[in-house]
Amino acid sequence: MTQLSDKTSRTRDFARTAPPLPPRQFARWFWRQLTSMRTALLLLLLLALGAIPGSFIPQTKVDPAAVIRFGRDHQTLTPIFDRLGLFSVFSSPWFSAVYLLLMVSLIGCIVPRSFVYFRALRARPPKAPARFDRLPASTSYETDESPDEVLERAGAMLRRRRWRVDVDTPDADAPETDAVGVVRAEKGFLREAGNLTFHIAAVIVLIAVAMGSLWGYKGSVIVVEGEGFSNTLTQYDDFSAGGLFDPGELTPFSLQLDRFDARFQIGGPQEGQPLEFDAQGTYVPQPGADSQPFDIQVNHPLDIGDSTVFLVGQGYAPVVTVRDGQGEVVFSGPVPFLPEDASYTSTGVIKAPDASPEELGFEGFFLPTAVMDGNIPRSAHPAAANPALALFVYTGDLGLGSGLPQSVFALDKDGLTQVQTADGKPLRLLLQPGQTAKIPGGAGSISFDGVRQFARFEIGHSPGKLLALGAAVLGIAGLLASLFIRPRRAWVRTRRRDGRTLVEVARLDRVSGADLGADVDQLTAELRQQRPEPPPTAAESRKG
Amino acid sequence: MDTQQWATLSNNMVAAATVIFGLACIAYLVEWSSSRRVAVAAPVAAEAKATAEGTEAARSAQGSATAVKVAATGGGGDDTQARRDETAERFGRIGLGLTVLAWLCLLVGVVSRGLAAERVPWGNMYEFATAGLLVVTTIYLGLVRFTNARWLGGVVTGFAVCMLGLAFLAYVPAGPLVPALNSYWLFLHVSAAAIAGGAFTIGAAASIFYLVKSRAERETPEDGRDGYLWRLPSSAAIDQLAYRVHAFAFPIWTFAALIAGPIWAEHAWGRYWGWDPKEVWAFITWVVYAGYLHARATAGWRGKAAAIIALIGFATFLFDFIGVNLLASGHHTYSGL
Repeated sequence: MTQLSDKTSRTRDFARTAPPLPPRQFARWFWRQLTSMRTALLLLLLLALGAIPGSFIPQTKVDPAAVIRFGRDHQTLTPIFDRLGLFSVFSSPWFSAVYLLLMVSLIGCIVPRSFVYFRALRARPPKAPARFDRLPASTSYETDESPDEVLERAGAMLRRRRWRVDVDTPDADAPETDAVGVVRAEKGFLREAGNLTFHIAAVIVLIAVAMGSLWGYKGSVIVVEGEGFSNTLTQYDDFSAGGLFDPGELTPFSLQLDRFDARFQIGGPQEGQPLEFDAQGTYVPQPGADSQPFDIQVNHPLDIGDSTVFLVGQGYAPVVTVRDGQGEVVFSGPVPFLPEDASYTSTGVIKAPDASPEELGFEGFFLPTAVMDGNIPRSAHPAAANPALALFVYTGDLGLGSGLPQSVFALDKDGLTQVQTADGKPLRLLLQPGQTAKIPGGAGSISFDGVRQFARFEIGHSPGKLLALGAAVLGIAGLLASLFIRPRRAWVRTRRRDGRTLVEVARLDRVSGADLGADVDQLTAELRQQRPEPPPTAAESRKG
Repeated sequence: MDTQQWATLSNNMVAAATVIFGLACIAYLVEWSSSRRVAVAAPVAAEAKATAEGTEAARSAQGSATAVKVAATGGGGDDTQARRDETAERFGRIGLGLTVLAWLCLLVGVVSRGLAAERVPWGNMYEFATAGLLVVTTIYLGLVRFTNARWLGGVVTGFAVCMLGLAFLAYVPAGPLVPALNSYWLFLHVSAAAIAGGAFTIGAAASIFYLVKSRAERETPEDGRDGYLWRLPSSAAIDQLAYRVHAFAFPIWTFAALIAGPIWAEHAWGRYWGWDPKEVWAFITWVVYAGYLHARATAGWRGKAAAIIALIGFATFLFDFIGVNLLASGHHTYSGL
């Protein structure tokens, strides 16, 4: 890449002073610019810079509720941010432009370099420079051995150290002073291979991630103890999938949650900290198959076919029975309340659209360990030690008949009236398990029958996951090779001088940092001390 | 000993390490200031460039490129000069000795914290800071042992004091972990992040020295070259050290942030990459350090620009560790704050 960028910087200087380039040359110039190291570097830094807003501004894909809150709090900024794509930075056109340009730059760099590399793989070690004393490290000595002996031994020695070696024996017909023999040696080819591997792996990781977002899906669902879930779109609380995802491909499993255990720290400085969550039950991998037990914990997901079931949340579902003014049961069952804080103070709503004369709605808190803070009940601990339900009551029209989809965790209060006490304050019911409260005005009653727990499962499939992992591991291997393998060159040259042999040894690295002097010393010492040994076999000479 | 005693021992040892790091830093600063008028006889900067005359000379210059040779000028008979020189050397040794002692205290502090909590001792912000500084000091002492790198001491111990001071603000008593952290990936992911972070710290310290030294080499005339700075290795040698430390750290960071992190995230949260603020900043750090490695191979970016990119990279790492925990909310919020 260095060589490339040197070339392009010359081109750029030329472009600055010259008249406008014809289109073909301009395209050439542009391509050189794009694939230069300098541009790749700037794009990398731009990518880092571009990612920053994604960590400060709430992202629709990460936390949609936070984006809505942000919109409420910053009325002027929000439209501007929205137009700039700042609520979905990582899929915005400008962020995509940076990484696509980086990809093109990367591929435009990898492809020609791969050709250069494969040519270099077949090339023989380079010619020796004319003057060794211009090289960073060289030495020389005189010996009575013949040049052929020295060259042969030097060649064998370097081959044994896995260098690629060529030996040019002196021309027998030349006059003695001109008869120069050289051993040319080179090693460290894996550095560039590692470098290319790393960059190719980076491209594969991006492709694998793209595969995951095109064909993958992800959804979450709350399952209360004693209830079940079957993997169809309609059963999810929220669901998102890539553009090429086919809902027919959903693994047709179903599961039944029998039991959910949550353990929390009691006492000590970490009072109330969660210690363990454990969801147990049975699942049927596909219709007609035998049911099997499961035990899903945080960090221990369950794989069913292509899909994986993760435990990502938990909470309480108070079991209630609502009766209307006629005494008819209009709602009965567990209602998940969503935890809001570390003590699992949870919020939720109960809707009874079938109640008459008027529809009934309840909104309020579930407190696993209720304590009274003055007049306000709050939860002191996340375990259900003293559960209580605090509810406000609404009557009127719940708005469910309008046909518009509505959250099960919120009341649409447009058509509702809050029920008040005799002295005109909002009525608050405070119930403990087993208790029933009557709603004034003969609107009905609500009973708090008990508490069950719920698990929130995330179910998803991201194709390309293993490809990404494999490529990342390959990338690290390539990275290590490119960082720690040194491309090295060495030469041993012999000349005849006054009936003796002058041996010169030199080393040159294409990256700095090695102690070349010590290297040359070692090579020379070994060359001088070593006893002659048999010539290398044919197999050995191909090594390197 | 029971866990409570281990916890007390850990707290005492970390506190002791903080104080001793402070003393070591002072000793290094005294070394620094007392060598203000120490002149250097032979320009140590002589790198084995192509300019070297004989091979013999080239070799000796190469071999001693990192060794600091100090001698008094003016015929060598200047007593004041020699005394100053001796003082500087003595305080340098004291600083190093104190650093070793602080390292031992920190080591005991981190190990006993693990025994107190009955798990690996890097489960929250306070623990990561102490374990990370243990790595920083270990790498520093390793460099001192195998190359001549004592000169990094002032910056390293100063940083250690600041970080341990900040760590006390994030102190939480030793205890169990939330279920999401309860995984052997805690060992792999976080220890890799701590090792890479420790090496990034040393790399940043070396990059600062490189910027100062190379500027001085450009701007100081031959005869004005006295003082502590000229006892350091040449800027080229410092740059080489910085590069080696970064080259060591980068693959480990890649493993921590882009392999171990996603695998664990997949197990715990059901997705391997979700642009959580911690993930965003780990990615930014990775990209900036990738930029550093590329800059060192790009004409016009070697040297100063590359060193500045390395420092930006370290700033993003610190922000990932401290800023994200304090400012952003996301999945990685078990800092105990």
